[in-house]
Amino acid sequence: MSVKPGRSPWTLAALLLLCGLALVTLGLAVGSTGWHWPLGAAAPDLGQAAILWEIRLPRSLGAWLAGALLGLAGAVAQGLFRNPLADPYLLGSASGASLGVAVLLAATGLSSPATGWLAQLGITGAAFAGALGGVLLTLALARGVQQTLRLLLAGVIVGVVLGALSSLLLLRLPEVMRTLQGFMLGSTGFLGWSAVQVLAMSLAPALFVAVALARALDALALGEATALSLGVPLGPARGLLVAVMALATGAAVAQVGLVAFVGLVAPHLVRLAARPTHRALLPLSALAGGALLLAADVASRWVLAPQELPVGVLTAVLGGGYLLWLMHRRPL
Amino acid sequence: MPDGHPSRRGWAIGLLIALLALLLGLAPPAQAEPVRIVDDRGRTVTLPVPPQRIVSLLPSLTETVCALGACDRLVGVDDYSNWPERVKALPHVGGLEDAQVETVVALRPDLVLAATSTRSVARLEALGLRVLAIEPRTLADLRQVISRLDQALATGQGAALQAGIDQALAGAARLVPPAARGRRVYFEVNSAPYAAGESSFIGELLSRLGAVNVVPAALGPFPKLNPEFVVRADPQVIMTSSGSAARLDERPGWRGIAAVRDGRVCAFTSAQGDILVRPGPRLGEGLRLMAECLASPGSRAP
Repeated sequence: MSVKPGRSPWTLAALLLLCGLALVTLGLAVGSTGWHWPLGAAAPDLGQAAILWEIRLPRSLGAWLAGALLGLAGAVAQGLFRNPLADPYLLGSASGASLGVAVLLAATGLSSPATGWLAQLGITGAAFAGALGGVLLTLALARGVQQTLRLLLAGVIVGVVLGALSSLLLLRLPEVMRTLQGFMLGSTGFLGWSAVQVLAMSLAPALFVAVALARALDALALGEATALSLGVPLGPARGLLVAVMALATGAAVAQVGLVAFVGLVAPHLVRLAARPTHRALLPLSALAGGALLLAADVASRWVLAPQELPVGVLTAVLGGGYLLWLMHRRPL
Repeated sequence: MPDGHPSRRGWAIGLLIALLALLLGLAPPAQAEPVRIVDDRGRTVTLPVPPQRIVSLLPSLTETVCALGACDRLVGVDDYSNWPERVKALPHVGGLEDAQVETVVALRPDLVLAATSTRSVARLEALGLRVLAIEPRTLADLRQVISRLDQALATGQGAALQAGIDQALAGAARLVPPAARGRRVYFEVNSAPYAAGESSFIGELLSRLGAVNVVPAALGPFPKLNPEFVVRADPQVIMTSSGSAARLDERPGWRGIAAVRDGRVCAFTSAQGDILVRPGPRLGEGLRLMAECLASPGSRAP
């Protein structure tokens, strides 16, 4: 690699923030009419203002926040399991979260996931519970985190089984099937201010706890014995980190559905540009994840406007392509 | 030997007469020619006699068969067929994606009616079943489907059924007062949101009522839309399922849509939804539901 991966975390943070800001601005300008610069319009009518304020701004911010949560969850998972391929999707937490939401929707007969405040919290709660359940099931099957291969295999198995359970639920309940199908493809279309609030309220504590535990992740990177000898309380730290990961994944999945690869790719992008410790890596991954998902969201609105690509399809294609390229350059 | 010949000739004549009698007795005079029907895949399906054991794998076809008066010839239907009431008692054999091949075969049908998109068609044909794949997607298709089914089942009721549907369609169209014509309508198929565009048959029905569909034909029959598109189009009437209708105003920006403001949001129950989305004999009823919705005065004063 020609670029020395030694850039200062502060420079990188500033760059990623700028990138996020630029994308939010772009997000304000791209909607159902394709590219449309809102401020230069000759007569900014009232409807236009409402569309900007009530639709495009919360949608863009929401996509950024959801991406940040996924990026954070990915960085935590990769540090916690000492595996660069660990990802909320590979550990069963995302499929658990979607099963949680599916069960809630099926039980309450809700047919539209985009609803008011209390419903948002309820869905987030269900997704959190499902995500936690998925991760714990994976950990139980793998008998702890010691063996990376066991862990990843268990994660794949749990993901497949929970995904199958969701599908079963869909087949049994055709009336919510289409809604849930849309949900599983991932969509940022109905993010409103209430969703933004819930996402922000999840990101703040998750980021806070994760950064507070950054030292434990750094110590873990040196191996378990070293971490113990450094006086890191491994048990409680691990428990808290798993909870953070479940909260971040659950909140994101509840709002935007299954969006693949952002959590996996964001920390990789950060590591390509710098070699930070976890104290910097965690917030940087969040910033990178936010920029990634928001970019995908803007593209999903733009490409076929006024029709929409499901954003999850786009991230899967882009993220999968990136991973292939990565594997090609650096055989794993 | 002279006495041997007459007896042998007698045998031959007797055999001939018997054969002739057998042939005449077997062939019913009305059904001398087998019926040949070209289905939507372009395949010719030959029916030597009118089928008596029919399995239908599409709700709209089930309904059409029953409307043609051949309901008692159905021996099995797909999971979603639920009208008329009596088909609920028949064996259900799965849906478009998961029709149970074994169950269908065990019913020993002499004709299987399926959609062109039914996954099990090839498998069923390989097992020796006669499959007629016809899928009504537009009003013109429905006409064709009725006449082909009428021909296949030899019910002789196709023309009457078609006339009845036409009459119901015309009657429903008259329910819309002139003031309500020209209203902008958004028909939501599901909350993703997928909409029914002008080129879908729901769109065709809407234009019969003089309504203006906010989703132009260029976007295809059932496009997945950016929700912002609907806010911009500002429809005066929204037709959707009862599940989505209650929460439309919670979608970002939708509170300002004329239909939501004026309370012109029609919530169709799932039974009504079945009528609306199936291009079958109940289309007239479906159009009446839409007409009543279009003509509704709105719940809140504008």
